[in-house]
Amino acid sequence: MQASVIVFPGSNCDRDVAVCIEAAMRKAPLMAWHGDSDLPKSDLIILPGGFSYGDYLRCGSMAANSPIMREVVAQAKKGAAVLGICNGFQVLTECGLLPGVLMQNKGLNFVCRDTRLTVTNNKTAFTAQYDAGEEITVPVAHNEGNYFADDNTLKRLQDEDRIAFTYAEGDNPNGACLDIAGICDPSGRIVGMMPHPERRAEAALGGEDGKRMFSGIVEALS
Amino acid sequence: MKATIHITLKNGVLDPQGKAIENALGQLGFGGIDEVRQGKLIEINLSESDPEKAEAALTDMCEKLLANTVIENYQIHLDGEA
Amino acid sequence: MSHINDTEITDAVVAEHGLTPDEYQMVCDHMGRTPNYTELGVFSVMWSEHCSYKSSRKWLKKLPVDGPQVIQGPGENAGVIDIGDGYAAVFKMESHNHPSFIEPYQGAATGVGGIMRDVFTMGARPVANLNALRFGHPDHPKTRHLVAGVVSGIGGYGNCIGVPTVGGEINFDKSYNGNILVNAMCVGVARTDKIFYAAATGIGSPVVYVGSKTGRDGIHGATMASAEFDDASEEKRPTVQVGDPFTEKLLLEACQELMASDAIIGIQDMGAAGLTSSSVEMADKGGVGILLDLDEVPCRETHMTGYEMLLSESQERMLMVLKPGREPEAEAIFARWGLDFAVIGELTDTGRMVVTHEGQTIADMPLGPLADGAPEYDRPYQATPKASEFDAGLLSGAPDMAAALATLMASSEIASRRWVFEQYDSMVMGDTLAGPGGDAALVRVHGTQKALAISTDVTPRYCFADPIEGGKQAVAESYRNICATGATPLAITNCLNFGNPERPEIMGQFVGCLEGMGEAGRALNFPVVSGNVSLYNETNGTGIFPTPAIGGVGLLKQLDKAIGNRFTENGLEIYLLGNSNGHLGASLYQRDVLANDEVFAPPPVNLESEAAHGALVRRAVDKGLLSAAHDISDGGLAVALAEMCIGHNIGAEIIAEGDIGFWFGEDQARYVLAVTADKAADLEALADGLPLSKIGITTGTELKFGDTVTISVEQLHELNEGWFPALMQG
Repeated sequence: MQASVIVFPGSNCDRDVAVCIEAAMRKAPLMAWHGDSDLPKSDLIILPGGFSYGDYLRCGSMAANSPIMREVVAQAKKGAAVLGICNGFQVLTECGLLPGVLMQNKGLNFVCRDTRLTVTNNKTAFTAQYDAGEEITVPVAHNEGNYFADDNTLKRLQDEDRIAFTYAEGDNPNGACLDIAGICDPSGRIVGMMPHPERRAEAALGGEDGKRMFSGIVEALS
Repeated sequence: MKATIHITLKNGVLDPQGKAIENALGQLGFGGIDEVRQGKLIEINLSESDPEKAEAALTDMCEKLLANTVIENYQIHLDGEA
Repeated sequence: MSHINDTEITDAVVAEHGLTPDEYQMVCDHMGRTPNYTELGVFSVMWSEHCSYKSSRKWLKKLPVDGPQVIQGPGENAGVIDIGDGYAAVFKMESHNHPSFIEPYQGAATGVGGIMRDVFTMGARPVANLNALRFGHPDHPKTRHLVAGVVSGIGGYGNCIGVPTVGGEINFDKSYNGNILVNAMCVGVARTDKIFYAAATGIGSPVVYVGSKTGRDGIHGATMASAEFDDASEEKRPTVQVGDPFTEKLLLEACQELMASDAIIGIQDMGAAGLTSSSVEMADKGGVGILLDLDEVPCRETHMTGYEMLLSESQERMLMVLKPGREPEAEAIFARWGLDFAVIGELTDTGRMVVTHEGQTIADMPLGPLADGAPEYDRPYQATPKASEFDAGLLSGAPDMAAALATLMASSEIASRRWVFEQYDSMVMGDTLAGPGGDAALVRVHGTQKALAISTDVTPRYCFADPIEGGKQAVAESYRNICATGATPLAITNCLNFGNPERPEIMGQFVGCLEGMGEAGRALNFPVVSGNVSLYNETNGTGIFPTPAIGGVGLLKQLDKAIGNRFTENGLEIYLLGNSNGHLGASLYQRDVLANDEVFAPPPVNLESEAAHGALVRRAVDKGLLSAAHDISDGGLAVALAEMCIGHNIGAEIIAEGDIGFWFGEDQARYVLAVTADKAADLEALADGLPLSKIGITTGTELKFGDTVTISVEQLHELNEGWFPALMQG
């Protein structure tokens, strides 16, 4: 299997997530540069966290318009699995692969802390190794993680079982609608989430709750 | 009375956001752009009906809070139709 | 339009440039003629206190700077120490006080950006940021605004560039009401065979400018009176720079990429005094001359004079000297990252700095005097009078123990900094083993089983009461915080914040603090490898507390042995290591419980005990005996115990008995240690005569002192967490 991590100028979790994928896959992923207009065919594409293009204008907006994203969208439509973490989630909404938008946190401040998450859908390509309804602890680190969509979209996400993760009750760090921490496309192959599973994938860093995201997708694609 | 306040970085102050937008527009193929600068727009509805007093109050707001005059300029527009 | 160099050099012009008449005469002597306006500007910044350390150099020379672990001591962009297996830690701390007071967000942000450049200029990848912040009294009308802006600016820059902010400290005191302190520390990791230095060698080698374009940022207002830009409108020219962390991230990655090759001879960050200082330092250290053609400098603004280009402090720029012929590959790297790259000059054999602009030579100066010729001042100083010992009479009518502990847990100095550190990304890079809130932060050396322990410390109220003991204590506390994680302290950086050195009593504080720091550094084998001096921190003639902030770095060889400072389970035996003499002078108890701000002597520092007790803790951690360890500092033993309970909501029953001084005194060289019952005997045996006594056991969810005082851990937690959010909500 081929995994690619897309590197935008300003990405800063690209190495962190590559470490996790390499651990799961026993092979380093390709680090694909934003300016390249062709992306080798990939089974798994990761859009990492960070501040692509400084997060200037709107988070993820300029990355969504970079040449490589046309390739990512094209491969996603042909069935590649795509995971957008934090800034990567913002890019996925800006480029239209996932609905909604990530607004500024309700508290107006950047927030970096552990959050308790509920795995609301364990049938996505990334969450099969979790139990449905399982509570896990994964940290967030963002200034714009407040998921917002209109009522129709939110209803559709609920009806189609496309909410992958919610913040556990009382632990919503950003004011997101319906406590949404992560969503997926109708196929379950494209997932965007604000929390950082790559930061909780080894015991020395405080726990392994995030590790099954990576082992899960590798198992699903192998 | 409705007031609109534009806050912009002073000439010569680095505007990283404007610069990044300028580059991204170029990448998307928009030509002929010399410079992009980004600012803020703040709308305020005031109960004050006397334009002079309103302007004075708004100036005070800008000086004390809305703008940092070390690096920012502000322009106040009053619209009596609010 | 007349040329800026046509401006006549009058006494007033010299004074505007901050040079004394004597200094100006020295400039003329070095030049062998009267300098022109541009040359005067260059001399004035190179001979400024900031660049030349003219008031402090005499005393800085007395600090210990050597040790087998030291690869590079003070004098480069950052200090470098050996951490084994071919790795080095590269670190420095620097102040950005004045800009942060004027524009807290940008001031703090550019402080963080500047210190990271100092570190990655040396070839290191920055892996951790910390910051030592001092604000005015919590009730002062400006405090909340400054805290919010500074914290946001630190986060805004560090979070974006993707380097974790893992720790630091915050104090509040009225002496900082008009002059806050923002001291940023950065730690990087490099290969020992890939350290880059400033020295430029090789006649004819190209001098290359990379990074952001140059604007009129940060040029001193006084120099704006030139005829060339008096059409500039009523706008006051900004002297505060705007930071662009996105560009810095690109600059970091581009520099790392180029550093992986062997194309670079020397490299220097354009920090304070920008192009001037970087080119002078590079050429002087390499013993060569330099020719700069300012027509090649990438500019953001039009009609910039050579004077402005030389003195601009625009951020996110670097100067490097490449091996001849390597320009194309370097240029390709910077182009790929979307950064400016320009060959702006070359090295010469003249020993002079020659600058051309628009076809004219606008400056021609000897390098030696620019770099090292500033006068060294032996400013008169008056030693701080010895403070009297604490007046025990003040304790009559003191509140009961529970009330005192409650007051301290919600004190501005002890209260949880969660409101602050949750705004910092403390985990990016995936190597943060222990972030904010511990005694020292622990950051893994990527891809290894080693970790760096990092802490910033100083207790300014001790330094004010007794600079010598205060200077010692700052170093000792840093040492203790590192030892408490199990790591071995290796070296320190310092950021010396003081008032006006032209006042003998302030100079006395400086001399005293450095004496104490030097003594402690020597005794603890904890040398200074880098640092920064910030003088003239005062408003309306009132100086700040003397604040020599220490940033300490230690090494933990096996990261799985690390311990934290919180009780981990019930049934742990609690030990107190160190002698308790009940020292309440200059304590937080005196300040916040007794609400007394008389000056009493701070706790004396016994450096032999510090070394011995630190070594015991390290040995105990190495043998796997300890479950937790915590240094005892502000608020004394009672506060240390309460903090250890809070982390995991685990209570304790304390059997030791003592008076107010025992519970709240701030005697030094002390730790609280927690061990499982089966290891207690081993710990006692290891102590081998050192003052170690069992004082209690962990149990339940209450902290009990004997039969008389009981406080729920939850209440301690609420008190501790509540203060900061309440301050910021106003």
